Amino acid sequence: MPLAIQCRALRKTYDGKVEAVRGLDLEIETGECFGLLGPNGAGKTTTIEILEGLLEPTSGEVEILGRNWRTHARELREQLGISLQETRLSEKLTVRETLQLFSSFYRHPTSVELVLEELSLQEKAGALVGKLSGGQKQRLAVATALVANPKILFLDEPTTGLDPQSRRQLWDIVRQFQKRNGTVLLTTHYMDEAERLCDRLAIIDHGQIIAAGTPAQLIERITGHHVVEFAVSDHAGGDGRAWSKLPGVQSVRAEDGLYCLRVNEPHETIPALLAEVQKQQARLVHLTTRQASLEDVFVQLTGRHLREE
Amino acid sequence: MATIEQPPAVAGPEQAVITNGRWAGYTRLLQMRMLELWREPEVIFWVFVFPLLLALGLGIAFRERPPDVTPVAVVVGPKANEVVDLLQRSPQHASIRPDVLSATAALDGFRLGQYSLVVNMDESGVHYRYDPARPESVLARTQVDEALQSAAGRKNAIAATSTAASEPGARYIDFLIPGLLGMNLMNSGMWGIGFALVEMRQRKLLKRFVATPMRRSDFLLALVSSRLVLMLIEVALLLVFGVLVFHVRVAGGVLAILLIGALGAVSFGGIGLLTASRAQKIESVSGLINLVMMPMWIFSGVFFSYERFPKMFLPAIRALPLTALNDALRAIILQGDSLASQLGRVAVLVVWGGVSFVLALRWFRWS
Repeated sequence: MPLAIQCRALRKTYDGKVEAVRGLDLEIETGECFGLLGPNGAGKTTTIEILEGLLEPTSGEVEILGRNWRTHARELREQLGISLQETRLSEKLTVRETLQLFSSFYRHPTSVELVLEELSLQEKAGALVGKLSGGQKQRLAVATALVANPKILFLDEPTTGLDPQSRRQLWDIVRQFQKRNGTVLLTTHYMDEAERLCDRLAIIDHGQIIAAGTPAQLIERITGHHVVEFAVSDHAGGDGRAWSKLPGVQSVRAEDGLYCLRVNEPHETIPALLAEVQKQQARLVHLTTRQASLEDVFVQLTGRHLREE
Repeated sequence: MATIEQPPAVAGPEQAVITNGRWAGYTRLLQMRMLELWREPEVIFWVFVFPLLLALGLGIAFRERPPDVTPVAVVVGPKANEVVDLLQRSPQHASIRPDVLSATAALDGFRLGQYSLVVNMDESGVHYRYDPARPESVLARTQVDEALQSAAGRKNAIAATSTAASEPGARYIDFLIPGLLGMNLMNSGMWGIGFALVEMRQRKLLKRFVATPMRRSDFLLALVSSRLVLMLIEVALLLVFGVLVFHVRVAGGVLAILLIGALGAVSFGGIGLLTASRAQKIESVSGLINLVMMPMWIFSGVFFSYERFPKMFLPAIRALPLTALNDALRAIILQGDSLASQLGRVAVLVVWGGVSFVLALRWFRWS
């Protein structure tokens, strides 16, 4: 059985200067939900649009469902459901009309009513697109992809700018699709989205994959997969150096008065930390511990936060 | 959330699969385009209402007024009634209104401009008081003298007859209606296709469409078809309006008018497509569309005949698509010429439309 999506040594250079994608390899199995995670401008959209057959790569090979865009474009289009970043659908058409329009382009689409039901859009079926909320518009955008009855769903930043409830609704929709053995490729710059939704993901920065695997693998890979965050009253002396000498501390990061210790064994580190605070005659104003997240992975790999511009 | 039967992503044999025919996409595209237009009040106004208002306004402004009636003061006297009697028997009786007044009232009225002429007749003959600085006064003197003399029995040395030429077919409104029709076909073709395309490109809707198996030719065909449907309504509205309100006589056949209208709509659709083939922003395409249309508003004989321009410009003016369309529409609507007699103008439209389409398809950007 061919891979759902495969690309090798993918490169895209705009105007001979800007290297948006710099040698990217991906292998995505049928039935997987795969995430491309990275900050804005990392090359996620360029990558997904090349895979969608909307952009020509400067070099490299792309195979979708074992087929090539150059020879089987029409056949491939029939099997893919695509939601682009920031498409503004016609505001003067209703939700149902929009879906009828998109379904008419496919040889064997899903029934419009089924998609409306699945995406909880029945109540809005007769409403003009211009009158929908952001979350409803985004669901409609995904609906225009699902009405294709696709084998692969491409979602470019599907939940950017949505409220938590709308985001969760969209995650449910993706999971439903996956249950029916559908393959999903999505881009996101939200950690929690990638962690909860994706079976595997690739972290992209500056047009290259800097890490790939399941969310758990990626988090394990970094040293110290617990994080202790604390703050002390500001007359406390010392820079980070005192903290890095505490037992079990792998790294120290200071941000806006908040110290972030990556540790292997919190139960060894925390008593020592409290003793050190007392020794410095400082006062602890904040203390939490948590599991390391993809955000920490990204910070460790790049020294930057995902959502920094 | 209630659990519902989900359709499998890969349609199993048990699922009733919908199958779309070859023209499903085209049909829906056309249907949705018409719905969108219908729901856009501005479109209804600019395409349908505005040309009618323009025709109404210009038609009223340049309508044929009834001939002016000349007010004449006749000074009271023994012969006053004879003057009135003669004037009423004269051929000009309809355009002269004699009032019999005292000498002072007559002079006051003349001074205030209520009367163009004072007529005083006594035994010695008729005396006119007029103001050579007032054209209507000069005219009134000639007119009244003519009326009196001929009513009194003067014979003309040369027999003369004349015909008033303000019949339907030769009035300004008759010239105007086909011109407005041509201009409207140009406006709505350029805006309806050019503007709509760039707006869709800016919304990334074009890109979204080409991410589906939609046939690109179907998309453009649907856009052009929607123009043809609108053209039918535009032509019918303006012509019926002209006939009902201004009694315009349509001499040509309906089929010939619709065919030339369709050719105009498609030709300007092609020019609109070319204008919009690469523009990314609606602001830039708006400028381009106006730039393309401006010379034709002025030169193509919409509001006045382009024959007024110097002769050396005429060949260039006649090569403009709107000139060809307006001339053909006027020939067919007003003179009842056949389509076959308009081959040269048809060719101009075909060349403009055809070349634009070919270039547009070569340069067109879907994203």
